Amino acid sequence: MSDLILAVRNLRVVFPHRHGELVPIDDISFDIRRGEIIGFVGESGAGKSMTGAAIIGLIDPPGYIDRGEIWLGGERIDEQVSDPASRIRGKRISMVFQDPLTSLNPLRTIGDQLVETIQTHLMIGSDQARRKAIAGLEEVGIDPGRFGAYPHEFSGGMRQRVVIALALCAEPELIIADEPTTALDVSVQAQVLELLKRLCQERGASVMLITHDMGVIAETTDRVAVLYAGRLAEIGPTATLLTQPKHPYTRGLIASTPSVETGDINTKLFQIPGVMPRLDALPTGCRFHPRCEHVLARCKHEQPQLTAGTACFLYGDE
Amino acid sequence: MLLIIFRRLGQSIFVLFLVAFVSFMMFRYVGNPVDNLLGQEATVEQRDALIEALGLNDPLHEQYFGFVVRALQFDFGNSYRGALPVADMILERLPATLELALVSAILAMLVGTLLGIYTAIRRDGFLANFIMSSSLIGVSLPTFLIGVLLIWLFSVELGWLPSFGRGETVQVGFWSTGLLTVSGLKSLVLPAITLGLYQMTLIMRLVRAEMLEILRQDFIRFARARGLSERVVYFGHALKNTLVPVITVAGLQLGAIVAFAIITETVFQWPGVGLMFINAVFFVDIPVMSAYLLLVGTLFVVINLIVDLLYLAIDPRIRDGQLKRQNS
Amino acid sequence: MSGEKSLMSRFGESDFFYSFKRSPVTLVSFAVVLLLILLAVFADLVAPTNPFDVGSLNLMNGFTPPMQPNAFTGEVFFLGTDDQGRDLLSAIIFGLRVSLFVGLTAVAFAMLLGVSLGLWAGYRGGWVDSLIMRAADIQVTFPSILIAMLIFGIARGLLPPSMRDELAISVLIISIGLSEWVPFARTVRGTTLVEKEKEYVQAARLIGLGSGQIMLRHILPNVLSPVLVIATITLALAIIAEATLSFLGVGAPPTEPSLGTLIRIGQDFLFSGEWWILIFPAATLLALALSVNLLGDWLRDTLNPRLK
Repeated sequence: MSDLILAVRNLRVVFPHRHGELVPIDDISFDIRRGEIIGFVGESGAGKSMTGAAIIGLIDPPGYIDRGEIWLGGERIDEQVSDPASRIRGKRISMVFQDPLTSLNPLRTIGDQLVETIQTHLMIGSDQARRKAIAGLEEVGIDPGRFGAYPHEFSGGMRQRVVIALALCAEPELIIADEPTTALDVSVQAQVLELLKRLCQERGASVMLITHDMGVIAETTDRVAVLYAGRLAEIGPTATLLTQPKHPYTRGLIASTPSVETGDINTKLFQIPGVMPRLDALPTGCRFHPRCEHVLARCKHEQPQLTAGTACFLYGDE
Repeated sequence: MLLIIFRRLGQSIFVLFLVAFVSFMMFRYVGNPVDNLLGQEATVEQRDALIEALGLNDPLHEQYFGFVVRALQFDFGNSYRGALPVADMILERLPATLELALVSAILAMLVGTLLGIYTAIRRDGFLANFIMSSSLIGVSLPTFLIGVLLIWLFSVELGWLPSFGRGETVQVGFWSTGLLTVSGLKSLVLPAITLGLYQMTLIMRLVRAEMLEILRQDFIRFARARGLSERVVYFGHALKNTLVPVITVAGLQLGAIVAFAIITETVFQWPGVGLMFINAVFFVDIPVMSAYLLLVGTLFVVINLIVDLLYLAIDPRIRDGQLKRQNS
Repeated sequence: MSGEKSLMSRFGESDFFYSFKRSPVTLVSFAVVLLLILLAVFADLVAPTNPFDVGSLNLMNGFTPPMQPNAFTGEVFFLGTDDQGRDLLSAIIFGLRVSLFVGLTAVAFAMLLGVSLGLWAGYRGGWVDSLIMRAADIQVTFPSILIAMLIFGIARGLLPPSMRDELAISVLIISIGLSEWVPFARTVRGTTLVEKEKEYVQAARLIGLGSGQIMLRHILPNVLSPVLVIATITLALAIIAEATLSFLGVGAPPTEPSLGTLIRIGQDFLFSGEWWILIFPAATLLALALSVNLLGDWLRDTLNPRLK
């Protein structure tokens, strides 16, 4: 148990609205181990960002956590994480968002924003905080001379480095990175991911890397979880999952990723037929069954539970 | 950058000449200066002499330029009622209006901003909703009605505050101020509230809308994700970003306040230039009307110009963006 | 489906009506506005007396408090009387009529002017467009009430004194109308610019339809929704503008007082204790302005597709 940094049990998030309620996350359970990088992959709307938001307590109202528990290093946190006084957010768990252009306050210098975060979490004087901030900038590869610069003076990749510096400056145990490189140029993506990976390994922090890009998953993560329509389809070590995917959805995802090795310019890209269902039109039984080529009668009425890393009746009764 | 400034300046000067033209046309052609000055029983020779003396037979553009030149020297002719120089009348009554306008503006901005912030932060609270609903009344109520109802409540029923006039004023150089006496201050309360209420409601709604918009942005979310306290999020991050557009709108409102002073001054018989103007309209005292319109028109054009330029100066992104567009 | 539903039942099931039914505030506002309009329209029938028939006035009735018998004549007046012995209820009803008449006519005028100019500017483009938009920009620099006062003052100056009272209402309508045309023009121009590039307009031109016909029959129907919203807002503004001008003494004449005029008269009697002369007209104006504003707000929210 001491090897686990985060444990999520039966998490369920609900969004009430005029005609009823939507359930973007339904009964998700997983663990994150100390020092590992776990990827969360799925289509837009599958619930991966929502899971990250739930853990750090940033679900936008009127959404709320309906059921489930979140444990951080043996302490239950799901009820207190939204309270800044609990000193969890920013200090023990931090988050990096997708768009570096909008993550920073345009009217304040980056140095200012760094010092502010440092002083919020560590009881140190302003001089020390400033030194720590400068050290933080150096760590992410930004010239400390730009301490007094404004966000709009940086390029997208540089800004994301600033964001990472901000996320790491209070020395968190877990970093949730929500599509951190999606908005960046491909050439910059690799650099930023490398940086994230290195810094976390140096500090022994865990990373929950949310993305829809299988390439990023392959390059960066130790384990990966696949989400579909608010539920976990499969979870397991990255190498195994990529080469021997079990769940039909995972198989479809991997097959539809273009690969230099297994195809050429004339290879037709595989597509999973149909689209992921909308939250207000979820199918009964297994949510993937309308698009599954191996669908059984059972799949239409019962929801498969996660057993041995897969939630699918094809493997269910092992 | 300079090009933009010059273009804006040029536009403003054009509008100023337009305002002066309207003012001049009114002065020259509406009403009859000769009749007003000489009365009905003047002889034809006297009339002709006066027409020559006033230059009323000169070509139009000469008369117009003459008008503008005299206006720049603060010579607006004489009032039809009492033949006093209009410039003197305006000067005498200007401090009253300016004091009222300034106090109202400050009140509106302060209270409006505070209430706007509060209703944005406590979005679903009972008090916030109550304030928002009342603000709708503030926007629907005509200014004069607010004034009259305030008089009824605070002067007639409660007897706390005076219902007309400025109270005792003190001469400081050429400026007569009501701020240095108790009765002066008391007299200022109801008119200032009346004049400022509409602006205050406007500012409050604007601040609230801006703040809500800002609070939805990613950098606020990120600030929260970094564990910053709610207080720091609101006042350290959201507020500064909110104030930028608010300041520019507030500036524009200053002009509106001067115009709406007409109404408030009438309700409270406040001896300012607004009351002077309304009386002029009622009695068709053209020189006074034309002078007032010239002044107020100029005021609006100048304020608009300043606000536009200020906006360019304040937001570094706009400034850099404009420069980039020029250089590319 | 078994045939078309009637227009009424379709309206009854529409989103529009649904939103209307759900908001009690809107229902009340609508009821109030309807009531006031009916009172104004049927003023002659509804009002107990004709307050402008000088012959029927009895000075001894003056200053009677509401619902109390007059000390001299024993007559009872629902809302009291003013200094001339006029029944306040009748004065208010007729005043309401003036206020609504001026407000509605001024808006109609502003709408007509603004929509026409907007169509023309958008369709013709070129110097016509520049000129009209320039004029709009300049006019918008100044508050509309100031412009209304300016126009009223000039018109007053141009008319001989004898005709001033007679034409006051017409001048008032024109002043307020002229001060409020800009929002209509700008919106219509925007839509026209977009619509005129569309194929159905090109087609109409090819057939040989004249500009006027194209503007009226093809483009105009597409602009109605936002124009309606602006019209409601402008109505509220026009009512307030008229009341303000009348209060200031530069609006409705004493022979045809509007609610604003009545309030002006009432203010004089506040201190002598005859509060009703002020309060009842004030309350009526407040109800009118508030209801129109609330209706306008609701209309704006419903017709705005972005908020859905």
